[in-house]
Amino acid sequence: MRLKDKGSGILLTFIIMAVFWILLSGLFDTFHLISGLVCCALVAILSHDLLVKGKSEKGILKSLRLLIYIPWELWQIVLANVDVAYRVLHPRMPIDPRIIEFETELRGEFSLVTLANSITLTPGTITISVEPEKGKFRVHAIAKEPADALLVDQTMQRKIAHVFMETGV
Amino acid sequence: MVVIHVIVTALLGAGIFFTLVGSIGLLRFPDFYTRLHATGKCDTLGGGLLILGTMVYHLFQYPETLLVPAKLAFLIFFIFIANPTATHALMKSAYKTGVEPWHLGEKRR
Amino acid sequence: MITVFWITLLFIAIAVGLSLYRAVAGPGVFNRVAAVNIIGTKTIALLVVMGYYFERPYFFDIALLYAMINFIGTLVFARYLERGELWS
Repeated sequence: MRLKDKGSGILLTFIIMAVFWILLSGLFDTFHLISGLVCCALVAILSHDLLVKGKSEKGILKSLRLLIYIPWELWQIVLANVDVAYRVLHPRMPIDPRIIEFETELRGEFSLVTLANSITLTPGTITISVEPEKGKFRVHAIAKEPADALLVDQTMQRKIAHVFMETGV
Repeated sequence: MVVIHVIVTALLGAGIFFTLVGSIGLLRFPDFYTRLHATGKCDTLGGGLLILGTMVYHLFQYPETLLVPAKLAFLIFFIFIANPTATHALMKSAYKTGVEPWHLGEKRR
Repeated sequence: MITVFWITLLFIAIAVGLSLYRAVAGPGVFNRVAAVNIIGTKTIALLVVMGYYFERPYFFDIALLYAMINFIGTLVFARYLERGELWS
């Protein structure tokens, strides 16, 4: 890789390590700060390519859209937990589990991981397996309505495709 | 100060409710895959709400140290990323090993 | 406020006791691994609330460390049960 690509990777790793050092130690005198920054610089130079892979275009816009996607995600988490609490505490326990498969057009690694995590956190579905080449998902659903919300409406796939700017449903 | 105590008690109470629902679901559901539904969703939010309640208590009881709420915020973020990933890994390995899913009308297992 | 923390600790301990039944009597190994993972997550919340009950700030570091250990332990178990070996 060229030096410009390596430079941004080293800088990002150094900033993340320095933030964690200050967060976990809480000591702000000169000796500890200087030794902390020296250790962070050594770690960043030696192993920056484990944390930051390659160079992605329009990274800042994607991060901002991801920050806007997170509150909708938190609301879905609350809805999911209320749904599971209803199914657990109901005396008749209305569940009807099934396994469904579907395909998406998303191909990027980070967007597939975000979609799998979001499926696990939304009401009634958990990801079983992902195939990265063809974008095929296998999902275990606990009743008919969450399975339909994932297969027929496809709200979540469209939102994530909008965040990561890929064409896809 | 009473308002803060009410908010903290409400958050801790909600956290306890979801944690207990997660454990009751672990006992009541008839199959491994459905038990993972109950624990992977309810326990994540229950633990997150409990830690959020103590964070609010700290911000109004000891307002000069801000490092501890930052540590607790990172802990909440880590729980929200780690628990669904562990649930998905367990479910994938169970599916590959051949554990049969349960359908409506069968016996408990 | 201390009584609220004490009641919280009691209820988390009750939830851990309920999950312990599934850890002992679950048919097969997968139910037991899931129950132990859940007991680990409840332990993290228990440690944070205990840090405020006893007014010692060192419990939060232990909670952070145990969260990472629990996560890595569950992933290693899942990989071993899927493949039959850890690395070939």
